[in-house]
Amino acid sequence: MSTEAAVVEEVVEKKAEPLFSKKNRKLISNPLDIDNPVTVQILGVCSALAVTTQMKPAFVMSLGLTIVTACSNVAISALRNTIPSRIRIIVQLAIVSLWVIMVDQILKAYVYDVSKQLSVFVGLIITNCIVMGRLEAFAMANKPWPSFLDGMGNGLGYGMILMILAFVRELFGAGSLFGFKVFASMGIPYQGNGLLLLPAGACILLGSIIWVQRTLNGYRESH
Amino acid sequence: MNFLRKQLDSVRHNFEKGGKLEKYYFAYEAFDTFLFSPNTTTEVKGVQVRDAVDLKRLMMTVVIAMLPCLIFGMWNVGQQHFVALGQTGTFGEKFWIGLVRTVPIIVVSYAVGLGIEFVFATLRRHPVNEGFLVTGMLIPLVMPASIPLWQVAIATAFAVVIGKEAFGGTGMNVLNVALTARAFLYFAYPSQISGEVWTYLGDGAKMVSGYSGATPLALAAQSTGNVVNDLNSFGAGWADGIYNFWNMFLGVMPGCIGETSTLMCLIGAAILVISGVGSWKIIVSVFAGAFGMGLFLNAVGTSPFSQMPAHYHLVIGGLAFGAVFMATDPVTAAQTETGKWFYGFLIGVFTVLVRVYNPAYPEGIMLAILLMNVFAPLIDYFVVSANKKRRIQRATV
Repeated sequence: MSTEAAVVEEVVEKKAEPLFSKKNRKLISNPLDIDNPVTVQILGVCSALAVTTQMKPAFVMSLGLTIVTACSNVAISALRNTIPSRIRIIVQLAIVSLWVIMVDQILKAYVYDVSKQLSVFVGLIITNCIVMGRLEAFAMANKPWPSFLDGMGNGLGYGMILMILAFVRELFGAGSLFGFKVFASMGIPYQGNGLLLLPAGACILLGSIIWVQRTLNGYRESH
Repeated sequence: MNFLRKQLDSVRHNFEKGGKLEKYYFAYEAFDTFLFSPNTTTEVKGVQVRDAVDLKRLMMTVVIAMLPCLIFGMWNVGQQHFVALGQTGTFGEKFWIGLVRTVPIIVVSYAVGLGIEFVFATLRRHPVNEGFLVTGMLIPLVMPASIPLWQVAIATAFAVVIGKEAFGGTGMNVLNVALTARAFLYFAYPSQISGEVWTYLGDGAKMVSGYSGATPLALAAQSTGNVVNDLNSFGAGWADGIYNFWNMFLGVMPGCIGETSTLMCLIGAAILVISGVGSWKIIVSVFAGAFGMGLFLNAVGTSPFSQMPAHYHLVIGGLAFGAVFMATDPVTAAQTETGKWFYGFLIGVFTVLVRVYNPAYPEGIMLAILLMNVFAPLIDYFVVSANKKRRIQRATV
């Protein structure tokens, strides 16, 4: 779970802070790059490796996690002053599981095959470190609107990495995108790379993304 | 030689500080020292007597030690080709087929690997490291002769970038680079590097009747009776006695280009040990580990494979090649002298364990070495800790 205190910034009481002030925009844009939950905070890696063999489940998973994170953030943020701190984790879990069950039921109702593929990983969103981390580190100390943006931002940051992973894995592992046979339709014979379809291949790929990202933005872990 | 020297000197000013190709100085320097000894001298202060053997000479010694395996492997590729087709060929014809199949693999391996090394050296502004001289030769030797060249290229690129440069370049890698390349192919494109791919047949070739490309390891794993009998009776009619013990020791059988001959590996081992480049402790302990584990399984095992005589484990598959050229890699092996014994012994043990008990992986030496590469620092840590403890007890202060 993330323990950065920096995120717990005080939202100064100002009457008319615009909805998309600079500070609020940062809540969306930071998790996409310098504060990415997967590549910088190294959270939510297990699901990132497990659901990204194809684009479709990865997309649904990103969507599910974004909704759960954003909505739970809002709910916890609204309740933050009334939750006794000694039982806050159990309250958070109860609220998160409520959202997860709703997402799970909707998936089962409308995209049953994807729901099958994602299997236990939708349920495991409850214990996903990103969700819990955002609740603890942000929603417990901020107002609902910034909390909503923070949840959206982190969900999108997670989703972005998932989509990159799934794009490379499905395209080069199976030669298709969203199930559409790309190389075959262009008439290029393509032999799928089996390593990319294994979780180990996804781990190497994720490592490479982190390598490239840190080379580009010069991020160094502080000790 | 003089001509080359003059040519290099005449372009040197372009690459030195202030020259127009300054950026590529390290590429130039690498090429220069590849051909000639470096002309740097020791400083006025500090150590003034140094060994003339630098990293490049060390690496070249290993390449020379691999030559017997390579040359024998080339001949063997042709030999197996003719045996599979039921034809007879002269020595020259066999060697020629091996040459035509092997040289492109070597060229691709070196071109891709050195290309990537030069790019990284220029980007990171450090001298080009010589590590790839050996790796580039090891990669072809652990490939089947029938491997598609594009796969060699991808595997080499993967191994150099992910196996080595990601960790900081030569001397920093955790895993043996050549085995990383092979492991990549093994998991990425298993249909070209496992099963019955070891003999180069040629397109649309008509095989001799009764032909089978099964390897001794596959035969032993499938055996339901006596493994030795199965091996001895294999190839009846088209390649009599191809898998009897002494033939397997000589290595006239299908397999990766360089791995088949235990004899040639031992010659290589002799070169490495005499020149002081390879550690004899590792080589001996790998063989000891495999032999010991073989004996142990003979005593307790129940499957036919576990009852195979222990000395057979030493000549089938790539155990000898792995022990001599892969396990001794000074970067990824254990560094402490005591640690080397444990490191090698466990490689041998795990190799036999994987062979006998894991049906998904017929050969275990690759996985065993990669596994022990990861554990080598831990072994060193324990050896150093034990040494510290002993010395503290001895101390009288």
